[in-house]
Amino acid sequence: MIRNTFAAAGALATSLFVSAAAFAQEAAEAVAAALPAPVAEASPAAAAAAFVPTAEMVNKGDVAWMLVASALVLLMSIPALALFYGGLVRAKNMLSVLMQVLTIVCVAALVWFAWGYSMTFTSTGSPFPTIVGGLDKAFLAGVDPTTFAATFSNGVYLPEYVFVIFQMTFACITPALIVGAFAERIKFTPLILFVVGWMTLAYFPIAHMVWYWAGPDFLHTAPTDMGLLWGWGALDFAGGTVVHINAGVAGLVGCLVIGPRIGYKTEAMPPHSLVMTMIGASLLWIGWFGFNAGSGLEANAFGALAFINTFTATAAAGATWAIIEQIVHKKPSLLGAATGVVAGLVAITPAAGFAHPGTAILLGAVASIVCFVFVTTVKNKLRYDDSLDVFGVHAIGGIVGAIGTGIVADPALGGQGWIDYTGPVAKAGEYVMSSQVMTQIWAVGTTVLWTGTVSAVLFLLLKYTIGLRPSADVETEGLDINEHGERAYNM
Amino acid sequence: MKFVIAIIKPFKLDEVREALNGLGVAGMTVSEVKGFGRQKGQTEIYRGAEYSTNMLPKVKIEIAAADALVPQIVETIQQVASTEAIGDGKIFVLDLASATRIRTGETGDTAL
Repeated sequence: MIRNTFAAAGALATSLFVSAAAFAQEAAEAVAAALPAPVAEASPAAAAAAFVPTAEMVNKGDVAWMLVASALVLLMSIPALALFYGGLVRAKNMLSVLMQVLTIVCVAALVWFAWGYSMTFTSTGSPFPTIVGGLDKAFLAGVDPTTFAATFSNGVYLPEYVFVIFQMTFACITPALIVGAFAERIKFTPLILFVVGWMTLAYFPIAHMVWYWAGPDFLHTAPTDMGLLWGWGALDFAGGTVVHINAGVAGLVGCLVIGPRIGYKTEAMPPHSLVMTMIGASLLWIGWFGFNAGSGLEANAFGALAFINTFTATAAAGATWAIIEQIVHKKPSLLGAATGVVAGLVAITPAAGFAHPGTAILLGAVASIVCFVFVTTVKNKLRYDDSLDVFGVHAIGGIVGAIGTGIVADPALGGQGWIDYTGPVAKAGEYVMSSQVMTQIWAVGTTVLWTGTVSAVLFLLLKYTIGLRPSADVETEGLDINEHGERAYNM
Repeated sequence: MKFVIAIIKPFKLDEVREALNGLGVAGMTVSEVKGFGRQKGQTEIYRGAEYSTNMLPKVKIEIAAADALVPQIVETIQQVASTEAIGDGKIFVLDLASATRIRTGETGDTAL
């Protein structure tokens, strides 16, 4: 009976994936014909013509760069994040971290294909189109090699698949970040279930609210076709709110619901391999160039700006953390430098395409100091076991970066300001730092509230049904052998 | 026959081994161990989490020797492995009930 159900479910799932491909073929023609026609202009000089992206608007350099950037972002998940986290846990749990990250990447990619892309980057078929999209492009229906995705420039387009891929890598890494907060004490299956639910109810809506918009050539004719936070004017270049604050807060909620590790504060739990952590942190930095510079969607000077900001802010943050430790502990540590580097990368993420390399340095240094205080003083005082400092680095670094973006984007400080897309041709908007910072704070607050609530509901639901935590015996002996039947090291 | 166990500082291993070779000690077993005595450990700090380590890395040498050779072995190890600092280690001597060479089956002193 159960076998038949599984067989039927398997057949259904397979047929859905296969028919999606066939359906896409037919739908492509329908979509190409049904591109939104602009409202007829009142101006007598302009003949109202529907804007249709064409293949000539696609630049091979942009496509090549974006595909490489996507691969770099996937590198950030596997193996960079896996090793960064893995080295920080005890040897008996190393494999569990690697497995959690790898599986989350796989599951997230499939979920993105199935309903994630549609929920995030469409606005049709939804009762609240500024909060989340619908399922019109579920299983990538209507997406094929002839459809396009907008960039931030008028008349410049990418093949839609390229955009789907790039965003897919973001959808993969964001849930993987969360696991660090409750490492060494979570059961595998509930974790994967949580990830699917969290992506659907937290990640896709927030990504939609911050990043969805109709595109520079369409917005002026569909002026409300954008995500809620985008509409407020919140600036988030590569995902300070969408990725880092989102994951960081979810992590904090998780570590509070699950509780501390057995032996926390009484037993010694030093990292089993800071060598792995350093390899991970280094690969994260390299990959992050794809994450930030790729978020410009074009192979041009603005991508280079995001690239250099990702360089200078990170360098400043790493050096700052080492200096702080020299002062406070008389010994600058590798873990500190690596953590500083990650904190800088997190903080510059929302500001990468907006800051000046000089203000990026300041932002990185400030983020390093604030994160240092949170992962040492605050965490020890409040005694929450955020094992790998997901909240202390990603949430706090993200908050510093997101609010700091309002400051460093100011053209008066060498920043790029904001672009006014409300007319047919993009132009520079008037920048008022105080109101921009206020908008950033609103965006941060909304993200924190939304993801905090969703995460709490999901974690508590799982806790009181199938349970989140392994038994004390399993936790003490180690997750590797008990959850996965393997040892990371057989030496 | 006696069984000599010496816990020494790791960097002294090569010197001790050469000195014992000179005495005619044919073989030994060496393992990496952790332990403490009067020598206190270091404090390790990982992102604000402080750990005082009581365990220090040492090297343990085990030698099976004929009774006649044992006093020389103990004296040699003590002189060579000493740095006159706390944490130099200790040497223990136990009675050895029997020894067997696996390849030939010899027992007693000829097995050493």
